[in-house]
Amino acid sequence: MRSQKSRVGSQKRRRIIFAFFLLFTIHCSLCTAVFASGKWQGVDESVVEKYAKEHGREAVAPLINTDRGDLLLFVFLAAGAAGGFVCGYYWRILMVEKAPKTKKEDRGISG
Amino acid sequence: MKTALSVGAALLSPMLLVSNAYAMHISEGILPWNWAAVWFGVAAPFVAFGLYRLRKLSSVDLSFKPLVGLLAAVVFIISCMPIPVPTAGTCSHPCGTGISGILVGPAISVLITAVALLIQALFLAHGGLSTWGADIVSMGVMGSLAGFLTFRALRSMKVSMGVSGFMAGLFADWATYLATSAELASGIRGDSPFLPLFGKILIAFVPTQLPLGVLEGAMTAGMVVLLYRKRPDLLVKMRVLKPEEVTL
Repeated sequence: MRSQKSRVGSQKRRRIIFAFFLLFTIHCSLCTAVFASGKWQGVDESVVEKYAKEHGREAVAPLINTDRGDLLLFVFLAAGAAGGFVCGYYWRILMVEKAPKTKKEDRGISG
Repeated sequence: MKTALSVGAALLSPMLLVSNAYAMHISEGILPWNWAAVWFGVAAPFVAFGLYRLRKLSSVDLSFKPLVGLLAAVVFIISCMPIPVPTAGTCSHPCGTGISGILVGPAISVLITAVALLIQALFLAHGGLSTWGADIVSMGVMGSLAGFLTFRALRSMKVSMGVSGFMAGLFADWATYLATSAELASGIRGDSPFLPLFGKILIAFVPTQLPLGVLEGAMTAGMVVLLYRKRPDLLVKMRVLKPEEVTL
C-alpha cells in the first residue's frame, strides 16, 4: 500500500519536473527571439532610470566602469565561472564529504 | 555523478550570466546623497549584526561555513542572472535572498547580500557604491526577512516544505521590489507627493516581477525540498526543521 503511494508520489513529482522544464524551454525559446530584437531592457532602465530621469536624477558611470564593449561580458563570464566554481565546491563538501553515511555505506556496500 | 553535477553547475553558470547587466539594483547616482546616507544608516546595523552572528555560529560549528559559502555564491549568481519576461518585454533577476534567509537566517543573509552587491557594484556595473546601502536594505533586509518570516509562519501552520519554500521565495522577491519602489520614490520625488509616485513605480515593476516572483518561488521551493531530501540533518542543525519532523 505504502509502496503504491510512493510510486504515485514519484510519478507526480516527475510530471511536475517535466512541466517545469517544458515551461522553462518555451520561456527560453521566446527569450531568444526577444534578445534578437534587441529592444528588451532591464527594469533598471525601463523603470528605475526612467522615473529617476523624469524627476531630474540621472545614473552616472560606476567607479570602475566595465561597461565598455565586450569587457562587461568578460567580467560577467569571469564572475559567473568563479561563482559557479564556489557553488559546486561547497555543494560537494555539504552533499558528499560532510553528508552522514547511510547504513549501506557503513557496511561498505556500493551502489 | 555528483562530481559531474558540480562541474556542470560551474560550467553552466557563466552561460547564464553572459549578457548585459539587466539589473533591478538602483544605479549609481540615482539617489541624492542625503537619501543614500539614510539607507546606509539603516543597513549598517543589520550588516553588523550579520557579522556578529556569523562569528558566533562559526565558532560553535565549523560545518556552518560551507553552507554560508554555498549560499553566498547562490545569491551572487542568482542576483546577477538576467531573466527575460516575454509578457512584459523587459528583463530582471531573482534575488536569492528567500533561500538564504530560510537556511542561514536573515542576519547572515543580509551580510551575504551586502558582499554580493558590493562585488556587483564594483566590477559588474550592477547597482552602485553610493546606492549600496539602499540596495542592501531592499534586497538583503527586506528580501531575507520576508522569506524567513513567511517560511517560519507557514511551517508553524504545518504547511508543507515545498509550499512554504515557494511562498517564501515569492514574498522575498516581491518585498524587495516593494522596498526598491519606496526607496526610489522617496529619493527622487523632490516636492511631489510620495504615495502617487510610489504607486506608479510599483505598478511599473508589476508586469516583470509578478512572473519572476513565481519563478523565484519555484527555485526556492526546489532548493529547500532538495536539501530536505539530501541533508535533513543540516536543516535540523540550522533550526529550519525540528528533529521530530525528520524521518531518518
